[in-house]
Amino acid sequence: MSVRSAARLSVSAEAEISRPGRPLADLAARRRRDARRRQVTVLGLRLLVAVVVLGGWELGARVGVIDKFFWSQPADIVAKLWAWITQGTDLGPLWDQVLTTMEETVGGFFVGAILGVVFGVVLGRNRLLADVLGPYIKGANAIPRVVVGALFAISLGLDIRSKIATAGVLVFFVVFFNAFQGVREVDRNLIANARILGADNRRLTTEIIIPSALSWIVASLHTSFGLALVGAVVGELFGATAGVGELIYAAKNNFDAAGVFAGMALLAAMALVAEALITALENRLIKWRPPVATETRI
Amino acid sequence: MAPAIELRGVTKRFLTPSGAVFTALRDLDMTIQPGEFCAVVGPTGCGKSTTLGLISGLEPASEGEVEVFGQPVNGIADGIGYVFQADALFPWKTVLENVAAGPRYRGTSHRDARDKAREWIARVGLAGFEDRYPYQLSGGMRKRVALAQSLINGPRILLMDEPFSALDVQTRALMENELLGLWSASSASVVFVTHDLEEAISLSDRVFVITAGPGTVKSNYKVDLPRPRNVAEIRFNPRFVEIYEEIWKDLKDEVLVSYERQKRGAA
Repeated sequence: MSVRSAARLSVSAEAEISRPGRPLADLAARRRRDARRRQVTVLGLRLLVAVVVLGGWELGARVGVIDKFFWSQPADIVAKLWAWITQGTDLGPLWDQVLTTMEETVGGFFVGAILGVVFGVVLGRNRLLADVLGPYIKGANAIPRVVVGALFAISLGLDIRSKIATAGVLVFFVVFFNAFQGVREVDRNLIANARILGADNRRLTTEIIIPSALSWIVASLHTSFGLALVGAVVGELFGATAGVGELIYAAKNNFDAAGVFAGMALLAAMALVAEALITALENRLIKWRPPVATETRI
Repeated sequence: MAPAIELRGVTKRFLTPSGAVFTALRDLDMTIQPGEFCAVVGPTGCGKSTTLGLISGLEPASEGEVEVFGQPVNGIADGIGYVFQADALFPWKTVLENVAAGPRYRGTSHRDARDKAREWIARVGLAGFEDRYPYQLSGGMRKRVALAQSLINGPRILLMDEPFSALDVQTRALMENELLGLWSASSASVVFVTHDLEEAISLSDRVFVITAGPGTVKSNYKVDLPRPRNVAEIRFNPRFVEIYEEIWKDLKDEVLVSYERQKRGAA
């Protein structure tokens, strides 16, 4: 920029500040006000969507457009949840069921994620191993993996282990492919730089490859927690004595649509809480990344 | 005394992804004395960066000999610093951790490495920025960190691959002066690759002109300008203009050859 244009720019900036009736402080306050107003609008609209959907459902069920027997109605579902909370479920206290499913999910999530990262990094670093095992892993990935739940129910029994295994398998592949890709995409320049600075192979893996792959890995954790929940619930459907999936299964057997929906609501709540926890973890692990400039997160 | 760097009859071939052989360097000879500041200029794609890769030991030569302080290069040699063209700072490390990386990889204790890093950060004018991450710094600041990261290891040879090409003109002149200051306080030999002849002359003792690819040394010129220099002012020195004209005559032909080839390649 030339000196003259810089001078011109600063003159026009001063003009902006000193223009009567529109001081800079006013502008900032207006921006804040606009932002707040927009937030209120978004919240209001969100609420409106919920009211329209749930209200329409309730109304439809009451006037008979929607068959209550098959589709239940929000009031019944809330009543069911309340009954579960206050009087417990047929399987015991509700808290126990939620805790059981949570244990299975978290257990499967950790087993799958750790194995996925280890295998992903090892295969990503070792080309021969990757070439040899690649087709098998791709093949295994192509199988609809929830069916292994049946296998685990036979081999590991009806307790928590079979559910952890099912959830773990679902999580493993997602994390594995992301870790593998993350390792492969490490910037060549960074590796060259680290080697020049004196890093040996071990340092290269722990200080360059893994941190670099971490943003891929953490991104996969969002999807994979959902999958862990799917694995745990499917495992319960194949046979269990407790858990939210078992609650849903029992409700289905009693033609209790409200019970099925109540179970679904519980699962959704669990998934949302976990999602928030993973986002917090992500922000901690990857604090070196420039903040993303978006407000809407889905 | 052995020269700091000696390349004799060096050829470097690469295999392109399609399987064809691509010759980047052909029969290249280059000798650089200890403490000498050398610039390497040439048209784009003439193998300037490849030369640095060979000296550093990141890439082996296909033919010929590469020696550093009389020792044949075989893998990454000790005492080499390398400042890359692209950003090569570790984005997940803070400025302090980035600068401390070299000593830590070489076995210095955590605390000593940090103390030394603080010293170097101050020396490149970034005191107070130790806890920032690279994304929070400007391009010029990142280059300062990269310099500190390399120099903290006390390299006897500093390789620089168009390190300032991404900076704006003012920042660039500042960084060039700072580099000269840091270099004169050390005894390192510098190989500075650039496509900018002005930058090459104002910084160096010797300028190598590389031919259009496959690259080989076309000529080398001694730059007998007085030191210490101020890069912003040295270009007004009449001797600077003379040297510039002399080298440019050589370089121009190569640039034209390279340009013609690119045009034909694109057509």
